[in-house]
Amino acid sequence: MEQLLQQLINGISLGSIYALIALGYTMVYGIINLINFAHGDIYMIGAYVGFALTTFLGLGFFPSLLISMLVCSILGMIIEKVAYKPIRNSTRIAALITAISVSLFLEYTMVYFVKPDTRTFPEVLQNKILTLFNGKIIIDLKNIYIILITVLLMAGLQYVVHKTKVGKAMRAVSLDKDAAELMGVDVNKTISYTFAIGSSLAGAAGVLVGVYYNTINPLMGVVPGLKAFVAAVLGGIGIIPGAVFGGFFLGMTETLVSAYGGSVFKDAVAFSILIIVLLIKPNGLLGKTIKEKV
Amino acid sequence: MKKNIISFSILTIIYFLIKILLDIGIIDSYLQLNIFLIGINIILAVGLNLITGFTGQFSLGHAAFMSIGAYTSAVFTAKLGQPFIVSILVSGVIAAFAGILIGIPTLRLKGDYLAIATLGFGEIVRIIALNIDYIGGAIGFNDIPQYTNWTWIFMITVATVFLIKHFINSYHGRACIAIREDEIAAEAMGINTTFYKVLAFAIGAFFAGVAGSLYANYFYFIKPDSFGFMKSIDILVIVVFGGMGSIEGSILGAILLSIISLFLQGIPELRMVVYSVVLFAIMVYKPAGLLGKGEFKLWKKGAKRNVSIESK
Repeated sequence: MEQLLQQLINGISLGSIYALIALGYTMVYGIINLINFAHGDIYMIGAYVGFALTTFLGLGFFPSLLISMLVCSILGMIIEKVAYKPIRNSTRIAALITAISVSLFLEYTMVYFVKPDTRTFPEVLQNKILTLFNGKIIIDLKNIYIILITVLLMAGLQYVVHKTKVGKAMRAVSLDKDAAELMGVDVNKTISYTFAIGSSLAGAAGVLVGVYYNTINPLMGVVPGLKAFVAAVLGGIGIIPGAVFGGFFLGMTETLVSAYGGSVFKDAVAFSILIIVLLIKPNGLLGKTIKEKV
Repeated sequence: MKKNIISFSILTIIYFLIKILLDIGIIDSYLQLNIFLIGINIILAVGLNLITGFTGQFSLGHAAFMSIGAYTSAVFTAKLGQPFIVSILVSGVIAAFAGILIGIPTLRLKGDYLAIATLGFGEIVRIIALNIDYIGGAIGFNDIPQYTNWTWIFMITVATVFLIKHFINSYHGRACIAIREDEIAAEAMGINTTFYKVLAFAIGAFFAGVAGSLYANYFYFIKPDSFGFMKSIDILVIVVFGGMGSIEGSILGAILLSIISLFLQGIPELRMVVYSVVLFAIMVYKPAGLLGKGEFKLWKKGAKRNVSIESK
């Protein structure tokens, strides 16, 4: 029982990182129907920005988190303008390959500049351990930080999407781009904002992962990128609560599978769940089935 | 008839030219490696083109079939001591069987969702291979006998292109193209869409398995990571680069991309960066690929071009 609780806490913190990345995937897919393969690499760059700020400039945790989010949101907007805007009207497969090429570009440009070695992220949060239930459950304070920051960011996102004009425009564009344009919504601007918000969440996730695992490397975005994408699809791609649900679900499944002896198969389990969900409910667990028109 | 004689003589000339150059040592081992890889890539790309280009099913897990073929061939030649031809055929059949097995449930999905499911399937195959000790696990499979030579590569590449070209021009191939153009209309016309999708998937997987077999018995060392997500992307890039739905395009794509990466070997640190920029430029300026859907006609003046609606 204690072990289960312990693992659940680890699962929630891993899940919140997946959820943060998955939110960006889902928002971009919802608005321009593009699987943004470069999203995992934006997360990697977020981690490196955080690393540079804390190591070379000696900034604290919160300032570096904010600056890293800002840098990532600018990067996200640049990627959208330079790479995705020209292919907005081309075929699905062309769009997908463009996204993959952007992802390779970010990865290997980083490899060129920062060298492929793994680096150690500095200890920016004090390493404090809380013990509960007479020492049966040990919680690293980092877990609490990660979960709290994730919840705060998600609440912020919820506010932006539901209460602000930008959020209203985003929802309108994702529902029907042409109709939104006719109603006076600036579609290009809205897409830019979506990329900015999604990328800033990925940047935050990058810094949190750096703090949590203490190591970063230029190819660190590939696997969590794929996992977050799985999370987004699990919950129903294009649906914001779906991404959060999928992220936590995946994080917890993964920690539980590794805790109970299947650590080598944890990625296989994640993908098997994905395939099963897709077969039973192709639009994700929280998605609505849309009838196809002839 | 005349056309067949011309193509047959051209192929014979290519075969003997490279064979002689290899035998007297003008082509060094590095160049030989690249020529062999071009052959393997053509087999893979033509197979994937049948699935993605002609039938319109978006697969991101082609490397998984190649890995199944490679491991089967490694087990058959190194552990069971079977002759090469047997292991090539068995590899193809087992890969095709895997294709049917994964195709029947997943081909109900469409577009992006199918891509995701096949991607997940590819990762599952890789992780399973990583954890089976009999085939070497993460360390890899060593000491596979090196049976693959120029004759094998050449014969199988030509046979693959020939078979797939004839398949596409047959009744069944046209059914596949109909599914790509409009699945609902094809079904309304009485085409059993599930059957043809699975058929295309199985044929593509068969040739991927054969390519994997050639690969394993050329490099005498394979490891699960050689057949990951990136390998599937590489094959897809060849298909898209050459033109979806164009066999000649896939051949041209395999040759050109190998040459590009041959030149990029000179700048190893920037190789992938340049590769990604090239890829991006192709997608933006020539999204239909080098040859598009048009077939490359060398000797038929004024031949009818394949006119088809660009499906989104």
